[in-house]
Amino acid sequence: MKFDVAILGAGPAGLAAARAAGRRSASVALIDDNVTAGGQIWRGAPRIAVPTGVRFFPQTRVFDLRPGFMLLTESHGAMEASRLILATGARELLLPFPGWTVPGVFGAGGLQALVKSGLPVGGKRVMVAGSGPLLVAVAAALRTAGARVVGITEQVPLGRIVPFLAKYPAKLPQAFALRARLLGVPYWTGTWPVRFDEGMVTLSGGRTVAVDYLACGFGLVPNTEAAQLLGCRLDGGFVAVDSRQETSVAGVYCAGEPTGIGGLDKALEDGERAGAAATGQAVNPSRGAFVRDLAAAFHLDPRLFDLAEPSTVVCRCEDVALGTLRPYREWREAKLMTRCGMGPCQGRICGPITNCLLGWSAESVRRPLVPVAAELLSKDVLQP
Amino acid sequence: MFKLRCDGVEIVVAEGTSVAAALLGAGVSRFRSSVTGEARGPLCGMGVCMECRVTIDGVGHRLACQTMCRAGMEIMTT
Repeated sequence: MKFDVAILGAGPAGLAAARAAGRRSASVALIDDNVTAGGQIWRGAPRIAVPTGVRFFPQTRVFDLRPGFMLLTESHGAMEASRLILATGARELLLPFPGWTVPGVFGAGGLQALVKSGLPVGGKRVMVAGSGPLLVAVAAALRTAGARVVGITEQVPLGRIVPFLAKYPAKLPQAFALRARLLGVPYWTGTWPVRFDEGMVTLSGGRTVAVDYLACGFGLVPNTEAAQLLGCRLDGGFVAVDSRQETSVAGVYCAGEPTGIGGLDKALEDGERAGAAATGQAVNPSRGAFVRDLAAAFHLDPRLFDLAEPSTVVCRCEDVALGTLRPYREWREAKLMTRCGMGPCQGRICGPITNCLLGWSAESVRRPLVPVAAELLSKDVLQP
Repeated sequence: MFKLRCDGVEIVVAEGTSVAAALLGAGVSRFRSSVTGEARGPLCGMGVCMECRVTIDGVGHRLACQTMCRAGMEIMTT
C-alpha cells in the first residue's frame, strides 16, 4: 500500500492533519493503535470525523519506521508514504510512591480511558491525584459516570494556579464549568499522595482517605519514540519543528503533544498546519506561549521525587526497586546490570521516572517500537 | 449483552467493552503476576505500560485495555 501522506495517531492533531491533507486530493492513511479515532481525549467520540477519502487503519500498531518512508505494522504489513505526520500524542507521567504498583492504582487519564471503554464506576470511591488541568477533567468525567470522587489532590499550590488562569481568560469558562460539575468535591492544592495501602491513601500532611480506586497523573510525557527512530532532532525532550511543523528530517512533520504539551487547541492548530504543509498548502503561523506557561505553572515539586522508598519498585516490567538503581550513574549501566527499562514497556513508564528521580536520560530508541511476535519480524508480509 | 469467560468464570458484558473494563467490572483486580510474583492490573489504560497483559483465546501477552470483548472469549489471567 502506497500513500502520499501517512499520519500516525488519530487523536485531535492527527484528525486535524487528515482534514487539512484531505482538502488536497492526496492519498492519506490515518493509523492508530486504538479501536476508534479520537485519541485519548476524544476516545470513541471524535469531534472531527475521519474525512471521506482518508483511509483509516484502527487497531494498527506501527512497530518500525524506515527512511523513505516505510511503516511496518502488525496487522497490515508494510505501508509506504512520501510524507509522514507524527501525531503520536502523550502518555501520563506516573511517579512511584509506596503502594503505586498495587491493583487499584491507575493513571488518571488511564482510569478515564477504562471508564470510556466500559468500566462501571458507579458508587466507587475514587481519588484523583497528581498535577495539571487533566485532573479536573478526569474527576468531572468520573463523577458523571457515577463515581464518588472523594477528592482531587493537585501538587501545585493554589497561588500558582490562579495567575495562570488569569493569564488565559479564554480557558476560564471551561475551568468553571468543570468545577461546577465537581461541587462538594475537595480540591486540595499543594498536596499529593505519599502512600497507598489496603485501600487507604495517605496524603502529604498526614490526612488519610479510604478509596476503591486511586487515579494518579503527574503531567504528560510526549511520545517522541517514532520521531527519534527516524532521527528527528529533539529539543528539551520535545520534537523540534519549524513554523510548518516539519522536523529536522525532510518530509517528516510532527503535531500536537510531541512538540510541546499544550492540550487540545494547540493539537488542532498543529495538526492543521502539518496536514497543510505536507500537501503543499499555505500554513498559518503558530502561537506559542501557552506551552511554556502551562509547563511553568504545573512545574513539579521536587519533593514528589522523594516519595519512593528503597524497596519501592521503579521498573514495573522487571520489578527493579529504587534501592537497586541507586548505585548506578546512568541509564545504560543500570539497564545492563539490573534490567531496568528492558521489559515489554521498553522504559516508557520507568524512563521518565528515572529522569525525575535520578537525573538519567534514556538514549536512542530501538526497533521494534512495540513488542511484536518474533515470527512477524521474519515474514514476507513485511515486504512492500 | 453477551458472555465470555475469565479463568473459567462466566462474565456478561455489554457491546463495546474492553477486556480490561470487563474484568475490572467483574471484580478481577489481579490481571498478571509480576516477575517477582506481585499482583498487577491495568495502569495506563492506553496500551503503553503493558501491565494488563492476559491470555486471550490461547494467545499470551494480549493487552486487555486495547482488546474489545467478543462473545465466547476465553480469558486467562497470568
